Amino acid sequence: MTQSAGNNREPSVADVPIQLLDPSGRRLDHPDFHYDGTDADLAASLRDMVLARRIDAEATALQRKGELGLWPPLLGQEAAQIGSARAVRDPDLVVPSYREHGVAWCRGVDPVDLLTTFRGTGMTDWPSRPDTFYPYAFVIGSQTLHAVGMAMAQQRDGAVGNDDPDANGAVIVYFGDGATSQGDVNEAFGFAAATSAPVVFFCQNNQWAISEPAIVQSRVPLYRRAAGFGFPGVRVDGNDVLAVQAVTEWALDLARRGGGPVLVEAFTYRMGAHTTSDDPTKYRTSDEVAEWRAKDPIDRLRAYLTAAGAIDDAWEAALVAEADALAARLRDGCVSLPEPDLADFWDLVYANTPDLLVRQREEFLAYEASFEEAR
Amino acid sequence: MHEFKLPDPGEGLLEADIVSWKVAVGDTVAVNDILLEIETAKSLVELPSPYAGVVAEILVGEGQTVDVGTPIIRIADTQGEAAAPAADAPRDAPNVPHEPAQAAPKEATEALLVGYGAKAGAVARRARRGAHEAAVLADRADRPVEPAGTPASTSATGGGSAGGTAEPPRAKPPVRRVARDLGVDLSTVAPTGPGGTITADDVVAAANNTGDKRIPLRGVRREMFRTMTASLAVPQATAFVEVDVTATVELIETLKRRRDFTGLRISPLVVFAKAACLAIERIPEINSSYDAERDEIVLHNDVNLGIAAATPRGLLVPNIKAANRLNLLDLTRAINELVPLAREGKVPPDAMANGTFSITNVGVFGVDGGTPIMNYGEAAIMCLGTILRKPWVVGTGENERIVPRSVCTVSLTFDHRLVDGEMGSKFLADVSTIMSDPALALLF
Repeated sequence: MTQSAGNNREPSVADVPIQLLDPSGRRLDHPDFHYDGTDADLAASLRDMVLARRIDAEATALQRKGELGLWPPLLGQEAAQIGSARAVRDPDLVVPSYREHGVAWCRGVDPVDLLTTFRGTGMTDWPSRPDTFYPYAFVIGSQTLHAVGMAMAQQRDGAVGNDDPDANGAVIVYFGDGATSQGDVNEAFGFAAATSAPVVFFCQNNQWAISEPAIVQSRVPLYRRAAGFGFPGVRVDGNDVLAVQAVTEWALDLARRGGGPVLVEAFTYRMGAHTTSDDPTKYRTSDEVAEWRAKDPIDRLRAYLTAAGAIDDAWEAALVAEADALAARLRDGCVSLPEPDLADFWDLVYANTPDLLVRQREEFLAYEASFEEAR
Repeated sequence: MHEFKLPDPGEGLLEADIVSWKVAVGDTVAVNDILLEIETAKSLVELPSPYAGVVAEILVGEGQTVDVGTPIIRIADTQGEAAAPAADAPRDAPNVPHEPAQAAPKEATEALLVGYGAKAGAVARRARRGAHEAAVLADRADRPVEPAGTPASTSATGGGSAGGTAEPPRAKPPVRRVARDLGVDLSTVAPTGPGGTITADDVVAAANNTGDKRIPLRGVRREMFRTMTASLAVPQATAFVEVDVTATVELIETLKRRRDFTGLRISPLVVFAKAACLAIERIPEINSSYDAERDEIVLHNDVNLGIAAATPRGLLVPNIKAANRLNLLDLTRAINELVPLAREGKVPPDAMANGTFSITNVGVFGVDGGTPIMNYGEAAIMCLGTILRKPWVVGTGENERIVPRSVCTVSLTFDHRLVDGEMGSKFLADVSTIMSDPALALLF
């Protein structure tokens, strides 16, 4: 979508995030990037963002009701997730962290499936998960190395740099600002650069690594780290879905064509808690939250689309009804998730379960059977 | 009728304080409407309603500490259903959970402590699932035979407090806030408002009239209560020393004029803290703890230095990690950062954990000294008295004379299982050596 950003040309390096839609809902021009989707495309993005926010709010509420053990809210990061996810196409691979509920939504994962992990009724083996969307990674930053490995595999499969653009794929891996302080992420940067792996490192800088502000973790803006490893880094306004999609499309396209890795720093804000076990009022001020709320990703897109006449009250009302129905399905789906059978756990690790585990499973089943009369 | 049990809103929490109810009996609520605010060891959390309906019964009062899994509210599908349980008579005291509610949840509590989600019996599946269902069935079976004399509308007409059949006092949230601020127990206030509601004036009048003020033991205060009680079970001894700290006071004045100390509050406390860290290097037992599991004494590598801080919420002892590795300037900075955070109640949780040695400064209150009680789990605590100009004997022989000096009493309480009298005394002597002549710190 960004014809002006030509082959391998690095966009103008700037700490000011790339922006195509300002917080008031006004479209802006940028020398390197522009969004050429239609207003109908943007309305579809708005729908995804609103539904992602609703999924998130409902899951947070379910945790507060005791139905989930934990939930990491995405509130405030909808544009970063929806914009980047809408830049993905088959055969791209998506490697998420644990907060990518909006990305999962765009890639077709049933949000009820996400809840199994956080309700403790299952692992990350969600039935609706497509093969191109990897399971959530909870170990901070580890998935960046896996993603580079997958990208190197794509190279070996000949799925990079073909003349036919549809034959090319890339990997997009999600992580946060806190993860950039991990050794894994820096190793991934090094490997990706050295092998020119087709991987887009998509960093959602939500300003807070739990209670540690991003600014104390790095002396330079995060996107500039890429320069030290020898690949381009860009900083995009993570609350601007147009800019995020334009920048991610450029980055994925570069990677697919064999141009190597790109670091995209989506400059956004986690408006909620790190997880439901966290109380952000302990480490940040309400002024700061208010400042970011004024930059809300959904409000600005809605303002633009309303002004452009692309959506109206009836459209909004239909979306509210859709969100309500989705929320109700989420609530019902959550409490009706089947309880796991412990006997199944012996079969989850090995393709051919070893004898020792088979014996353990038999012992367990015998033990369990001994409770039968107490039923 | 739906019953909402207190969920674990964090990870592995056992209990929470009910801070305030946002709904009252008779209110219609929708799914996700905020029902109440609770405070856990980790955070203030608002709990949304899992059910739509009418609030039939609020089972626990504000200010109560409740175990996870305890039923806290009943929500009826319809107004009609809400009437039945509200009619229970005689009712328990407002702060006691309703009777049938107590019977069933004991199992649920245990289950919730381990697993998540609201399913009771998640732990001991077979054996308990049956028992729990039976309890629930019994609970349901009980309901129709409960006396149904008083209609639910009693709540609205008021006057229900006669004859000790207490119901939760009726007051609007701003009035409840006033009561909380003034420390007034609403159940003791005579209502004069419409429908038997308590007004803010009633609360103020009660605050001025009541004899004894009762403060619920919660949060920081309760923590102080617990740790101090636990600490006193440790055999301990206290030693005192009176020190001429004139040279330290002069050192402070010199440091204050230095540019790198600009904007920092520096007091003899900082030098005391540094002196304690240096002295601990010679007597590491002062900075130790007892590992009961392995029956070993642990000499800690670093001094995580606790500073006792009086805060509006009570005593807090946040600590500075590895204070022994900080130079005087960095230590001053660390104390300058920590103390205001403590006063505002914004100490990060990790600063409250893993302390190894503490200092309390009662001198700021103009007190000469005291016998402090150790922060539970630590081996010693040092107490600084106020620094006063006092007559002091200096010189020897012909030159012996009395001169005014700045003098301070320092005491040390130590765990006598880990630190003997000799170690405690040597430590105090080392600290007083440095305080009376800071240059001698070079010897450490």
